[in-house]
Amino acid sequence: MKISNQWLGQWVDHGLAVDALGHRLTMAGLELDAVTTVAPDFTGVVVAHVIAVEPHPDADKLRVCQVDDGSGEPVQVVCGAPNVHVGMRAPFARVGAVLPGDFKIKKAKLRGVPSFGMLCSARELGLSEAHEGLMSLPDEPAAGTDIRALLGLDDLVLEVDLTPNRADCLSMAGVAREVATLTGRPLKVLEVPAVPAACEDVFPVRLEAAADCPRYAGRVIRGVNPAAPTPLWMQERLRRAGVRSLGPLVDVTNYVMLELGQPMHAFDLAVLDRAIVVRRARAGETLVLLDGQQLTLDGDDLVIADEGKLLALAGIMGGEASGVTDDTRDVFLESAHFVPTAVAGRARHHGLHTESSHRFERGVDPTLPLRALERATQLLCEIAGGTPGPATMAEAADQVPMRAPITLRPARVGRLLGLTLPVERMREILVALGCEVTGAGEAWQVTVPAFRFDLAIEEDLVEEIARVHGYDDLPSELPLVRPGITWLDETRVDPRRLRSRLCDLGYLEAITFSFVDEALEARFSPDTRPLRLANPLSSELAVMRTTLWPGLVKAARHNLNRQQTRVRLFETGLRFVPEGDVLKQEKVISGLICGALLPAQWGQAERPVDFFDLKGDVESLLALAGLDRRVNWQVGRHPALHPGQSAELVLDGESLGWLGALNPALEAELDLEMPVFLFELSLDKVCRGRLPRFQEQSRFPAIRRDLALLVDAALPAARVVEVIEGAGHESLKGVNLFDVYTGQGVPEGRKSLALGLILQDLSSTLTDEKVDEMIHGIVTKLQEEVGATLRA
Amino acid sequence: MESLSNLTDAALTAIRASADLRHLDELRVQYLGKKGVITEQLKSLGALPPEQRREAGQAINQAKQVVAEALEARREALELAAREARLAAETLDVTLPGRRQEPGGLHPVTLTIERIQALLEQLGFAVAEGPEVEDDYHNFEALNIPSHHPARAMHDTFYFDATTLLRTHTSPVQVRVMENQAPPLRIIAPGRVYRCDSDLTHSPMFHQVEGLVVDEQVTFAHLRGVLDAFLRAFFEQNDLKTRFRPSYFPFTEPSAEVDIQCVQCGGHGCRVCKQTGWLEVMGCGMVHPNVLGHVGIDSERYSGFAFGLGVERMAMLRYGVNDLRLFFDNDIRFLRQFV
Repeated sequence: MKISNQWLGQWVDHGLAVDALGHRLTMAGLELDAVTTVAPDFTGVVVAHVIAVEPHPDADKLRVCQVDDGSGEPVQVVCGAPNVHVGMRAPFARVGAVLPGDFKIKKAKLRGVPSFGMLCSARELGLSEAHEGLMSLPDEPAAGTDIRALLGLDDLVLEVDLTPNRADCLSMAGVAREVATLTGRPLKVLEVPAVPAACEDVFPVRLEAAADCPRYAGRVIRGVNPAAPTPLWMQERLRRAGVRSLGPLVDVTNYVMLELGQPMHAFDLAVLDRAIVVRRARAGETLVLLDGQQLTLDGDDLVIADEGKLLALAGIMGGEASGVTDDTRDVFLESAHFVPTAVAGRARHHGLHTESSHRFERGVDPTLPLRALERATQLLCEIAGGTPGPATMAEAADQVPMRAPITLRPARVGRLLGLTLPVERMREILVALGCEVTGAGEAWQVTVPAFRFDLAIEEDLVEEIARVHGYDDLPSELPLVRPGITWLDETRVDPRRLRSRLCDLGYLEAITFSFVDEALEARFSPDTRPLRLANPLSSELAVMRTTLWPGLVKAARHNLNRQQTRVRLFETGLRFVPEGDVLKQEKVISGLICGALLPAQWGQAERPVDFFDLKGDVESLLALAGLDRRVNWQVGRHPALHPGQSAELVLDGESLGWLGALNPALEAELDLEMPVFLFELSLDKVCRGRLPRFQEQSRFPAIRRDLALLVDAALPAARVVEVIEGAGHESLKGVNLFDVYTGQGVPEGRKSLALGLILQDLSSTLTDEKVDEMIHGIVTKLQEEVGATLRA
Repeated sequence: MESLSNLTDAALTAIRASADLRHLDELRVQYLGKKGVITEQLKSLGALPPEQRREAGQAINQAKQVVAEALEARREALELAAREARLAAETLDVTLPGRRQEPGGLHPVTLTIERIQALLEQLGFAVAEGPEVEDDYHNFEALNIPSHHPARAMHDTFYFDATTLLRTHTSPVQVRVMENQAPPLRIIAPGRVYRCDSDLTHSPMFHQVEGLVVDEQVTFAHLRGVLDAFLRAFFEQNDLKTRFRPSYFPFTEPSAEVDIQCVQCGGHGCRVCKQTGWLEVMGCGMVHPNVLGHVGIDSERYSGFAFGLGVERMAMLRYGVNDLRLFFDNDIRFLRQFV
């Protein structure tokens, strides 16, 4: 909302400098966005009367003009504007004038003809962006009148950011009312006398949707002149509010909207068929709007129609066919009340947003239609002439929004605000806001003014009291905390520990978007149909990730492309995996490494990371909940991973996640140029540990026996350990795989595994016989189950 | 007896010339060993007349002691030299860097969330979480934002279908907590939120921290008190000025926006605060009775306040980051600055 301070001053003498006024408004919830000037600086520009125009002897496009600038002597000036003509009044920059941009006007010769000054366009004065030739001054100001004074250009505009609840301030009248309340100055209410009818013509109006439109004021005005110039003062006020001047018929309706807050519409009476009908649209009806756009409507749309056709989308935009044109002679003015629910959402539904819909969907004062109609009639007749008929109003009185009184308990005000405010002060604030307050004691009845659609419950009034009193003057105190002990689940590892463990392992935390490119996502999870956004910002951000890997890989690529060749990243966040009709939003922790294991260093050979570096990091994470010793690393196939370097982590039959090398095909497709290793684990599952449980320690010595086994080269080593541990010997305390060997001395297709078995008994020292017996059993079992033989 | 003194001299000369411990030990054996030349002298004492024995014995013992001391002194000297040689050989350039993994670190958004959390936990706030793919009811309806409410235009919402969306704020967590827990409540909900908007100052995904307190006799003054104390603690400025401006959120009444004195210029006006001296940092208010009503909390008995703040904005102010987009590029040169 743009508020001309000059105009505001005519409504309320607030007595504040613009900065102070802006601050007062901001602190009352009408946030000042900016203060702007209405015109750039310029001096020496006056009204001139063009008294003669002659062709230039040496230039087709230039004219030699004589102008009266009020100095008594005609002044010769060469002008190139096509619209210059005798009798015209235009701004004239005298010799010595300074135009915007520090452009000094001097005596000049144009193609040999002397010129003493410059006739100006609105653009040259910084008042418009358009190239429309000289600025024509429509009134009849005396030659020599200073342009700044004439147009009141020493004005400032306050741009105020209004919250959706304060529709009552979407007009000069509303802002002035607010300023008067805040400053305690009287509001100079605009007198709007009824304009007497000068003819009997009326046009009937029928309300078929009275709940949506309980009031419809209208008036016929015959014989208007659509070519009459809009007076400068009105053009300026429109301009300062950010509204373009489009001829008197439209300007007047816009002006009244800005002044009083009532959106209006002017129809060309000649195209109206028998009666105005306000009704819901029938499904499939179409309407071409003023902006040329054709809409197909449905039963939720409220329309203005006549007996034969649609005329306008009620409260949003007029139709192209029924609007006023340069040929319009007779108009029908509409000043109606549309309830917010009839307009709310409809404009957005059709992709429209207009000054009118903006106001109606937030709520317009239902008492305004007649007053605005009289004001518009008065202005229109003054400017464009015409003979007004009587004002009419179709009304469904029982449907007009009524404001039920709100019960306000003064004690509740204090209880919510933590403030003791004298009750007289509360009452004073409410009255200043236009409320009627009845009753006394513990419960008051407060009737809010018709223009405050936002005040409906007691808390709304509490806010009004606080707001006008000033939030800054409200107390501030820390609440008392009720003591209590929150229980802590000791089996659960705080996810923050996992993050900090990864940081200690050299990982940087990344945050990547939760929506990713659909094609990339499909490369990582070809078997999952990801959740697709209906309105993505771009195809790169179109589907919800089902794994964090695409984001991490993209982040790695971003860095690799910027000479950062050693990347260690992790992220925690949700992945969104549809499972049947249910969307699983699961928190995961994922990581990526590539490049050298350690930063380049004098004392250590550089080595690229490999699978076991990543696995070691993952084991380190799992160790926080003691899962590193419990989890199974299952050889598995994942579409995004290298088939020979990937594993699924399984605990008690449940998958915890995956790790492995990025599939080389994907690596090439993504231009990564080096192996990349990834892991992703369910955060909840890897945080789930066990309460430590003490176990008796043996006081007897431990014995170590080493086994050198030959097994099939493809046999997972974990399988061998599993067989040994599965042999059921209670005194087996540990199995340590300390060597894996292929090569000389080992037959083709086999590999040698060296394992150290730690044996210890709780109740006695193990004898050699007993140990030999156990080892023999284990070796036999190994042979039977996995074809292992003892290496000679 | 001359031979003894010659012997001693020879021994001492040899000891002095000895260059390593093994040779020295050979000398010890040669002179003082069981069959050493000086030891042999003692054995010859028996051949002397008894009156000379005592004197000769003393002389031999003295020679033996002199040689033993010389051996010991030389041993010490050689050991010291060996130790010093070893130390010299083992001397390192200690200014060379150590071998280690480069330290990693948390993202500045996480650092900020953890800081906010650590401060508010002191007031008894506990962390709550909710889904990011939300339903219309929790994101809007239950927060007093019905389908045609103009406030919806302020939330550029990503939709999946008519009723499923990406949460536009962390406020739905309030509703979910109140649905499942009875007052007194004191929670914060940090997390990702999404708006269909992307330019220099808007990211389609960003982070908020929501706060909610519901209890008997909770007042607007408490809201101010908590936020004043929190903001001063967050910026570690005891004299940080705050101001509360009336604002509008459908789910709070009264509502306010909170500004802090610009931490960049101290309130004098600069580019960061657009010359106003103030920075808007959060929205807040007393929980709207309709919101309490939706979850069946008696608004006559209980009242509450809620607040929501933008994490990236706080991080930018705290660490001086000047471009929002840096947070999501994941450039390790940026991330490393927060290690």
